Amino acid sequence: MGTPLVFNIQKYAIHDGEGIRTTVFFKGCPLACRWCHNPESQRWQRELMFHKDRCTGCGACVSVCPKGAAQSGEGCAGCGACADACVQGARELVGREYPLEELVRELEKDRMFYEQSGGGITLSGGEALAQDMDYIEELARRLHGKGYSVDFDTCGHVPYANFRRVLPYADAFLYDVKLLDPEEHRRCTGVDNRLILENLRRLSGDGGKINLRLPLIKGVNAEDEYIHQMIGFLKAENIHVYRVNLLKYHETGSGKYGRLRRSYEKTGMSPPEDQWLERAADMFRQSGWTNIHIGG
Amino acid sequence: MAERQERGMNERIRRLRRQSVETQPHIDIERAVLETEAYQMYEGKVSVPELRALTLKHIFSHKTLYIGEGELIVGEKGTDPQSAPTFPELCCHTLEDMRNMNDRAVVNFTVTEEDLRIQEEKIIPYWEDRSMRRRILDSMPQEWRDAYGAGIFTEFMEQRGPGHTVGSAKLYEKGYLDYQEDIRAALAKLDYAGADPEVLNRRDQLNAMLIACDAIMILGRRYGELARKLAAECQDGQRKKELLQISANCDVVPAHRPETFHQAIQTYWFTHLAVTTELNPWDAYSPGHFDQHLGPFYERDTRAGILTREQALELMECLWVKFYNQPAPPKVGITLKESSTYTDFANINTGGVTPEGEDGVNEVSYIILDCMDDLQLVQPNSNVQISRKNPRRFLKRACEISRKGWGQPAFYNTEAIIQELMNAGKTLEDARKGGCSGCVETGAFGNEAYILQGYFNLPKIFELTLFDGVDQMTGKQLGPHTGRAEDFQTFDQLWEAYTRQIEHFLSVKIRGSNIIEALYAKYMPVPFLSILTNDCIARGKDYNAGGARYNTSVIQGVGTGTITDCLAAVKYNVYDNQNFTMAELLSAMKDNFQGHDRILNLVRNKTPKYGNDNDYADGLMRKVFNYFVDSVSGRPNMRGGTYQVDMLPTTCHIYFGDVMIASPNGRLARKPVSEGISPEKGADVSGPTAVIKSCAKMDHLKTGGTLLNQKFTPAVVAGEEGLDRMADLVRTYFDMDGHHIQFNVVGRETLLAAQKNPEEYRDLIVRVAGYSDYFRNLDKPLQDEIIERTEQDFGC
Repeated sequence: MGTPLVFNIQKYAIHDGEGIRTTVFFKGCPLACRWCHNPESQRWQRELMFHKDRCTGCGACVSVCPKGAAQSGEGCAGCGACADACVQGARELVGREYPLEELVRELEKDRMFYEQSGGGITLSGGEALAQDMDYIEELARRLHGKGYSVDFDTCGHVPYANFRRVLPYADAFLYDVKLLDPEEHRRCTGVDNRLILENLRRLSGDGGKINLRLPLIKGVNAEDEYIHQMIGFLKAENIHVYRVNLLKYHETGSGKYGRLRRSYEKTGMSPPEDQWLERAADMFRQSGWTNIHIGG
Repeated sequence: MAERQERGMNERIRRLRRQSVETQPHIDIERAVLETEAYQMYEGKVSVPELRALTLKHIFSHKTLYIGEGELIVGEKGTDPQSAPTFPELCCHTLEDMRNMNDRAVVNFTVTEEDLRIQEEKIIPYWEDRSMRRRILDSMPQEWRDAYGAGIFTEFMEQRGPGHTVGSAKLYEKGYLDYQEDIRAALAKLDYAGADPEVLNRRDQLNAMLIACDAIMILGRRYGELARKLAAECQDGQRKKELLQISANCDVVPAHRPETFHQAIQTYWFTHLAVTTELNPWDAYSPGHFDQHLGPFYERDTRAGILTREQALELMECLWVKFYNQPAPPKVGITLKESSTYTDFANINTGGVTPEGEDGVNEVSYIILDCMDDLQLVQPNSNVQISRKNPRRFLKRACEISRKGWGQPAFYNTEAIIQELMNAGKTLEDARKGGCSGCVETGAFGNEAYILQGYFNLPKIFELTLFDGVDQMTGKQLGPHTGRAEDFQTFDQLWEAYTRQIEHFLSVKIRGSNIIEALYAKYMPVPFLSILTNDCIARGKDYNAGGARYNTSVIQGVGTGTITDCLAAVKYNVYDNQNFTMAELLSAMKDNFQGHDRILNLVRNKTPKYGNDNDYADGLMRKVFNYFVDSVSGRPNMRGGTYQVDMLPTTCHIYFGDVMIASPNGRLARKPVSEGISPEKGADVSGPTAVIKSCAKMDHLKTGGTLLNQKFTPAVVAGEEGLDRMADLVRTYFDMDGHHIQFNVVGRETLLAAQKNPEEYRDLIVRVAGYSDYFRNLDKPLQDEIIERTEQDFGC
């Protein structure tokens, strides 16, 4: 069983499912969405984040780097020596291996909050279902066995068998759908969406409890037409969705790209207006859904 | 903003509130003058308790009365709203103090030339050498003065009378004529046959209580007469009716037990005035479980059709303004100059359980919450007691008000309070009748004299330990020699030295406190308060002399977060991982970490910290807490009771930080230490659940109260879900036996803007510690501190 990288454990997560939850962010994602606000979640390797504004140029990082990579980042192995040496906190290592036992222990810490609030644990990413599935299945099984609610926040682009493996232990799937047009989807996320939509269909057929989450970006998909198509798709395919969240695009993650020495191409993307989001919610309601939420 | 000043359910309340908020606080010299007259008449001729009671009677017989336009509840402590009487028998203000009051930047008190003249000619000559402050400071040993001067601890009773004082159900079951019968019965039972050597003291004490009853009844009668006179002169038919109602109320209370909701509030208010005029004890005689006491009156009156919910709310709002009309008496000397604001802490307990252990929430509980929500006044400082048995609707209504960001109500855990009180020896029923007063302090309302002694600076004592008992601010050897820290080979050796230092200063503190308690018992009995506190009448003994059923002295530990992180910084870096040596650390501390970036980075950013649900750090918190609590709890005091601890700072953590050099956890010189049991600023980076879990590792049930501040930005608690999650946080913390939690719901930007343009944010209230205050009233370091308190923001 492999040990996946985790880049964040977020406690008191109150927008990733029911109640007070702890969300585990696994590192590595099969998609690379243009608008991704967690770019550090995309790659499967440890990465170094560099906060340029905090750097005083003292050189401590350069002197400890075994690969001579501190300045350019070229050849960085993600060992973290420079982050340890940096007095200013300008260097942050993203991603650490979390042995299963240790992760379970960490997640159990907020047990009393879950039990009070009807919350639990959300496995997210990156993509939780694209990690070592022996690890993920065992994790879900253990948590479920201890009586905690386990949700998966997924992009859907994984072999359906992975869904099948966790289905007995999962309470709900927070299932993201970005676009319905396969070519457009490929252009914006790097992959086409046939697998994603097919998995959605099958998951619904197998009785998975689905919370559909639609990131809405003006310039990409925040249009009446797209909402109509989505409603039509759900109806035509008879997909059962217990809750729909309309997620307004925001740019809060854009700063992270620079810190990862990557560039963020935000041309043509902006947040939709609140009024439009209300209208989109109404469109769902008029088509018979009642459990529609704007935001997480 | 002007619009937001206009709070209140109707025009009457808005006008009263406006008047209260906009009136400049001013010194009221009348009480001091009347008191001096009384002492000049009676001192030496009667016993001390009788002298005190006759003084109260003289004041109430001659003080200026005030009935304001539109008031339904009457009575002012001073001559009019926002006047602050002085208490020269406690601390006699110098002329310089009086000028400071007038000139200081934050919340000043107007002092007139006439006041200064009276103070100089009448008050100072008489009281200068008689004041308690003088007697106390003259009686303190040198080691006490040194430690006090260095900021190792503070002393509560050097400027105010002993407290806490909180009312019980008794107030609404009897009138003062009934109390006089009880007192006479106790007098009749006195044993002069020789078996009781205290018998004369008891006689004097009981006679004083009789006089004190007369005093409040005189006040009530005079108000009744004034209302009748004003009614006769009044042209407005509606107001005439109201004035006649007021005088009719005063015909019943306080002499007799109240018969209506309106009278119940009025009798409470007269009692409040009497307790706070008699001496100026801490906590302004809070009504305690006000909702439970008023509940039966509300039920009866609404059923009888003589009271609507609207009218009940109006009376409650009238009372709220009354509280706000009373500024706390100004202090003297350096405390006067430095303490930014001061509101009297009448901490009302809403909710909780009944004496029988059932859900204590009734309709009056919701009326009180509505009243708070309507008025948004910092005083009275109201809270909710949350029991497992209370409906979630009540908890959520309280959360709904709390998240508006003006700091109230705070949340207290009923089940924890009951266990704390029982752990300290109270009966189950007395425990259920109890609650919290002041900031968070647990007490058996109406049955206990639980008296705060002072704050105790745990991080400063660790600083002394690291330097073999030498105070780094003055170079003085303050503590015992416990060894050079560089020579300690293990953390245990260092710990051993720290405990010896704590023990030393606790002994110094407690010896001083015992003397002070004895001085109060001798010179400053409080016969009026003794009437109200069981079992003072039965024992013929004063509240200040051990007459209460329970007598507790409380020392407040300050700096939990800072001391924990200091211990962790040393243990983790010097002993466990040898990241640097003790000598290097000490030199970094002396240099305020200037030029010690590496060490600063290690202790600030790479060391386990309290507040993150990390057992390494939290284990050290338990170690220091357990040592402190075990060292204090159970020591005998001078009133036949024992000592116990609270973990709260009010605003003292700022002063305590100001007397310290940089500390091992990277806190820089003179910066505040952590407040309450909250983590050190910026140390908690794992969210509110982790903070709560760390704090819950402290055994709250061994204390008499702890204080946890949790700041949120509005986004975090928005919407119905945000409200539910806030309620869940409270419930979960309380399931873990947490004692108290309060929320600051404001954005950092808001605070920064408010700091820049105070005039535009006159309404902005923040939770300071155990109480809320207007942000504009706080001085800059305190404002900075509130801004810096880690914001727990988890936008999605």
